[in-house]
Amino acid sequence: MATRDKRPAGAAAAGRNGASRAVAARAQTVAAATTPARVEVRKTYKLYIGGAFPRTESGRSYLVSAADGAPLANACRASRKDVRDAVRAARGAFPGWAARTAMNRGQVLYRVAELMEGRREQFVAEVEAAEGLRAAAARTVVDRAIDRWVWYAGWADKITQVLGSSNPVAAPYFNFTIPEPTGVVGVVAPETSSLLGLVSRLAPPLVTGNAVVLIASELRPLPAVTLSEVLATSDVPAGVVNVLTGRKPELVPVLAGHADVDALDTWGVPDEMRMEVELLAADDIKRLSRRSTKVVEARFDWLDDAAAERPEWIAAFLEMKTVWHPIGG
Amino acid sequence: MTTQHAEPFTTGRESLSSGASPAPGAIMAAMATDTKHSLVPSSGRLPSSWGLGDGQAIPWEYAPAPESRDIVTLKERYGLFIGGRDVPAQDGATFATVNPATEETLALVARGTAADADKAVRAARRAQTRSWGTLPGRERAKYLFRIARILQERSREFAVLESMDSGKPIKESRDVDVPLAAAHFWYYAGWADKLDYAFPGRVARPLGVAAQIIPWNFPLLMLAWKIAPALAAGNTVVLKPASTTPLSALLFADVCRQADLPPGVVNIVTGPGETGMALVTHPGVDKVAFTGSTEIGKRIAKGVAGTDKALTLELGGKAANIVFDDAPLDQAVEGIVNGIYFNQGEVCCAGSRLLAQESIVEPLIEKLKDRLSTIRVGDPLDKNTDVGAINSKAQLEKITELVASGVAEGAELYQPACDLPERGYFFRPTLFTNVAQSHRIAREEIFGPVLSVLTFRTPDEAVEKANNTVYGLSAGIWTDKGSRILEMVGKMRAGVVWANTFNRFDPTSPFGGYKESGFGREGGMHGLHAYVRLEDR
Repeated sequence: MATRDKRPAGAAAAGRNGASRAVAARAQTVAAATTPARVEVRKTYKLYIGGAFPRTESGRSYLVSAADGAPLANACRASRKDVRDAVRAARGAFPGWAARTAMNRGQVLYRVAELMEGRREQFVAEVEAAEGLRAAAARTVVDRAIDRWVWYAGWADKITQVLGSSNPVAAPYFNFTIPEPTGVVGVVAPETSSLLGLVSRLAPPLVTGNAVVLIASELRPLPAVTLSEVLATSDVPAGVVNVLTGRKPELVPVLAGHADVDALDTWGVPDEMRMEVELLAADDIKRLSRRSTKVVEARFDWLDDAAAERPEWIAAFLEMKTVWHPIGG
Repeated sequence: MTTQHAEPFTTGRESLSSGASPAPGAIMAAMATDTKHSLVPSSGRLPSSWGLGDGQAIPWEYAPAPESRDIVTLKERYGLFIGGRDVPAQDGATFATVNPATEETLALVARGTAADADKAVRAARRAQTRSWGTLPGRERAKYLFRIARILQERSREFAVLESMDSGKPIKESRDVDVPLAAAHFWYYAGWADKLDYAFPGRVARPLGVAAQIIPWNFPLLMLAWKIAPALAAGNTVVLKPASTTPLSALLFADVCRQADLPPGVVNIVTGPGETGMALVTHPGVDKVAFTGSTEIGKRIAKGVAGTDKALTLELGGKAANIVFDDAPLDQAVEGIVNGIYFNQGEVCCAGSRLLAQESIVEPLIEKLKDRLSTIRVGDPLDKNTDVGAINSKAQLEKITELVASGVAEGAELYQPACDLPERGYFFRPTLFTNVAQSHRIAREEIFGPVLSVLTFRTPDEAVEKANNTVYGLSAGIWTDKGSRILEMVGKMRAGVVWANTFNRFDPTSPFGGYKESGFGREGGMHGLHAYVRLEDR
C-alpha cells in the first residue's frame, strides 16, 4: 500500500508558499491560476454531537497541518465535557437505532456510501493533504472507503443468520441464540489512515445497531469531520455517530473511563497509552476490540480487503442472547 | 451459572476464618431483639393449599434417606496435577478443604505457589506444541469422548464427592452437575474435528495455553465448561479450582489418567487467589477464562491489560424473574423456587429479584410461602434434601450480613419453619417483601437462598426495573402471551432469558452476560469462539 508516498514537489511548494492553505483550494489550484481572483469560502471544521455541529464547549482549537507541514485548518480541540455530551447523545440514540429493522440499517449505511460518492473530490483532496498521498493513491483510498460502507451495509440483515443459532438442547425446550448490539461503543480511530481506516473501524459497530462516539485521528482529523457532514445528511439518526477531534491523551482516557460506554475499539490508541486505557476499561468490564501488540498501526494495509473486511469486527460489538421456552405442557 | 465471592483471592484458610465480619450468631441475636423482624421462623403452618388447616405443625417427620459415602475414597493429602503427575507444592504447603455440612476437614490439598503455576504453564506449553496441538482433530475428539464416558461411569462417585466438598444436595449433584459435565465433554468432543464448519470462511487455530479459574458453586460443571471447549479447539489448560472445592477437580485428574490423555494437556493447580493471579499474569499464557465475582473479574481484566491475551469473563448477576398477571401461577411458583433456591441460591444467574405484577402479588406470595414451607433444608447427602449447606463460613456470614441489611432497611422478612442441623453452615430459605429498588438486597448479589420481591404495574415498568442493575446475566419472564414474551425478550439486557422456565442449562446452549456480568459465551458453537484464533483461508 502507498499511504506513505510523498506528495509531488510542486504541490508541496504551493502549500508552503501560502498561496492556498485551505484544503478545498488545493483541489482548485489550477483553476485559481487562470480565473480572476475569487476569495474562497473556507469550511469551519466542527465537532459532530447529537446530530448538530457545535464547536467544542471549551472554545479551544488546534492547528492541523498537511503531511508536508503546510497548515490546513483549525480543528476543534474537544474537552472532557464534549466527550460526556457525545456519550449522552449516543446513549439517547442507541435504542432507536438498535430497534430499526436490519434492512433499514443496511439501507442507511448504503446511503452513506452514496453520499460519499458525491463528495468524492473533497475527500480525495483531504486525504491527499492529510496523508501525503499522490492524487491517484488518494482516489484509490477514497474509492475503497466508499466500497467498504457497501460491504458492511450488506451485513446488516445477514449477521444474525451467520452468528445466531438454534440450539438442540436435550430437553423439551425451544432454544435459540441471537446477536444484539452492545450499546454505546467508543471508537478511537486509527491515527495514520484518516479515512479508510476510520471507515473500516466505524462501520462494524454501526451496522448492528450500536451508537458510536468516535475520536478522530489526532493529526489527520479533517476527513473525519467531512465524513460527519455526510453522516448528517444520509439518514443516520442524530446521535448514532458522534465525532470528536482533539488530543487523544486528553480524550481517550475520559472515554475509556466513562461508565456509560459499553465497549471500546482501541485500534487507534497510541501504544504508550494502551495500558492506561485497558486498566480504565476494566473498571466496568468494557468489551475491548484490541489491535494485537504485534500489529504496527501505521503499517496496517487498509486496502487489503481480506484483512479489513471481517465479520469478527462486527461480532466484537455484539452480545449473544439465548432464549429458552418450554415445548408443550 | 457463575459464581462468586471469597474466591479465588482468599485462601481456603482465610475464607474459613471469621475475619472482620461479625459472626452470624451475633447478627441473628441482634435481629432477634426486633420482634417484628425476628429471624425465628415466622410461620410453622401447613401449606393452606393442602387443605389441612392453617397454623398447625407438619404432623410427620421425614425419615433420613442418606446416600452412601462408601463410593468415595478420600486421600489424606492431594497434590497438584502437573504434566500428568501428582506433585506436592514447591514449598510443601497445604490447606484444608472442609465439608460445609459438618465442618469436618475432608483432606489437605497442596497450596500452589507462583513457581508451581510456572511449572504447570510450562507443562501445558510443552504438551500444546508437542502432542495436543499437532494431534488431528478426530483423535482429540476420541480423548474427549473417553472423558465423557468415564464421567458417566463414575458419576455417582463424583456426585457424592461434590456434595461432600461443596454442600450442594446430592439430588442436584447427581441429576444436574455431573450429567451436564459429562454432556459438555460429549458435545465438544464432536466439535474437535469439525471446527471448519463452526467458522465458515476461516481457519480456526488454537490460542495455545489457557489459564482457567473456576468458582465453588458448580465445581465439576464449571471445570467441564472450561476444559471441554479449550481441548476441543487444540489448546492445553492450567485450571485452578476454588480453594473451598478442589476435590472434584483433583478426582478429574484421575479421569485424565484413565483416559490416557497425554501428560500436560490438563494441569490442575490448587491454591488461593494469588495462585490464580500468578496464572493470569504468567507471560506464557495465551488465554484467560474466569468465572466468579464481578469484583475479582475486574482485577483479572486488569491483570491482562496491555497484553495480547484473550479474555472471557463470566461474572455476577442479579436476575429479575418477571411474573405477569396472566402467568400460570403454580408453574411460576415452581420456577421462582427453582430460580432462587436451587443450589442454595449460590448461582450467578439466580432469579434473586422477583418482579410481580401488582394485581397478583398477594396470591403469588401466599403460594410462595406455602411452597417454602415444604422445602427441606439439611444434610446434602440426604436424597430428599432440597437446600443443602452454604459453601463456606465466609459465604454464610456474607448472606447473613446482607439479610440483616434488608431488615435494617425496612424490607419484610419471611422464613419458613424448619430445623437446621446443629453443625455446618446452613441458612433458611428467605423471602423479602416490601423491597425498594434502593435496598442492598435488591442491588447486590447475595449468592444465597434469599429472594427479594418487587412489584410493577406495566410491562414498561417491569423492563425499567429489570434492567436497572449493573449486571445482565439472566432474566425470567412468566406470561401466557407469546407476543409479550418475545417483546420482553428483546428488551431484557441479559445474556440468557428463560420464558416460562428458569435455571435451565445445556451444553449446546450459549451462556454468558451483558454489562458487568462479563463477556464471551460458554456452551454451544459460541463457546468455541473463546478458544480459537481465526485466520484467513
